[in-house]
Amino acid sequence: MRRGLTPSQTVGPFFHGGLMWLDVPDLAGTATGERIDVSGTIVDGDGAVVPDAMLELWQANAQGRYAHPADRQNTPLEPGFKGFGRIATDKAGVFRFRSIKPGSVPGIDGKVQSPHINVTLFMRGQLTHLQTRIYFADDASLAGDPALALVDPKRRDTLLARRVGDEPARYEWNIVMQGRNETVFFQF
Amino acid sequence: MNETHRYLDLPDGVHPAPLTPAYGSTVKRAPTLAPVRLRQTLSELTGPALGGEYVGAADCDLTRQHAGEPLGERMIVEGRVLDENGRPVPEALVEMWQCNAAGRYAHAADQHDAPLDPNFTGNGRAVTDAEGRYRFVTIKPGAYPWRNHANAWRPAHLHFSLFGASLLTRLVTQMYFPGDPLLPLDPIYNSVPDEKARQRLIAAFSLDSTVAEWALGYRFDIVLRGRNATPMEN
Repeated sequence: MRRGLTPSQTVGPFFHGGLMWLDVPDLAGTATGERIDVSGTIVDGDGAVVPDAMLELWQANAQGRYAHPADRQNTPLEPGFKGFGRIATDKAGVFRFRSIKPGSVPGIDGKVQSPHINVTLFMRGQLTHLQTRIYFADDASLAGDPALALVDPKRRDTLLARRVGDEPARYEWNIVMQGRNETVFFQF
Repeated sequence: MNETHRYLDLPDGVHPAPLTPAYGSTVKRAPTLAPVRLRQTLSELTGPALGGEYVGAADCDLTRQHAGEPLGERMIVEGRVLDENGRPVPEALVEMWQCNAAGRYAHAADQHDAPLDPNFTGNGRAVTDAEGRYRFVTIKPGAYPWRNHANAWRPAHLHFSLFGASLLTRLVTQMYFPGDPLLPLDPIYNSVPDEKARQRLIAAFSLDSTVAEWALGYRFDIVLRGRNATPMEN
């Protein structure tokens, strides 16, 4: 018999002591791959910054392998690479993390997913967390990505991190909760 | 059954809708457009699955984190973490945070005019055992006012955060207390549309969990998203 799920509730404004003891702004560690630095701002429907949000990041390594038993690809996984990050926004609504650029990962029906970082978003005023993805605007494989293909072309830009500098490769990716350029969220 | 089995579809009425106007902070922060539905891929069937590597034995006793004991009604909160199929979720990180007995968080943004307790920070961590069991020792949190509407008070609650086995089992929730007269008035508790689901957020007083002459016990089981019995097509 199927058991009833426990409902979601908001993290509220006071989550920092309970969750940010595990502050992981550097996902790269000693992993091999292209170093990246991603930052952005979260704004609400009035354009006001969101200073009390938390992002969790989950990604594959440079070979496209997730550090998880469900990923049985025969590609190397460096010891110490977890692919997990957790960061909070600051008073200006800004977040920043460092990582390595993930490789392409398998999709469904033999399709390949363009490199992406999975983002789980929590904040005061959000009763159930949201799920989205960061893709890389300068990646040649974007056009073949099966998830992006399901997104309204006018909204795809909200999922793309733009390169704004080099050494390490610096990307900007913002989250807009409402209005023009409202970020695309996914449901699975 | 193995890790490539897809997760069950989310039932209606369990998780709150993004826009819940009675909870004012949702109005400018809830997405206005529907999420794009995707089939589950390796990106979601995997996940950080954090376990006990971060947790010390003392992290689950919030009454022993300072030189003295915190003020308030000592209590034990214990339960099991299960999936929708009733399987225990073992070796799973459980994070918990709460305000003190006076209704004040040890947080710079909490300006409620109630005393801080130098012996209470209100942050705990536990890891589930092979049967999915966890246990915290703490004090009962107080109710506190908030500015959501006139004379608004949050019912006493604990915040819980769980990862489970993949991205799709992630859950942040709140645990409430039986018989709290503030529950019918609380827009966050009442944001859960289904009444039975809402009631699953209320712990049960448990004489079995109560330790004689020391602390009252409450049981709070947590159910995370479960997998389908049939494998996903590849």
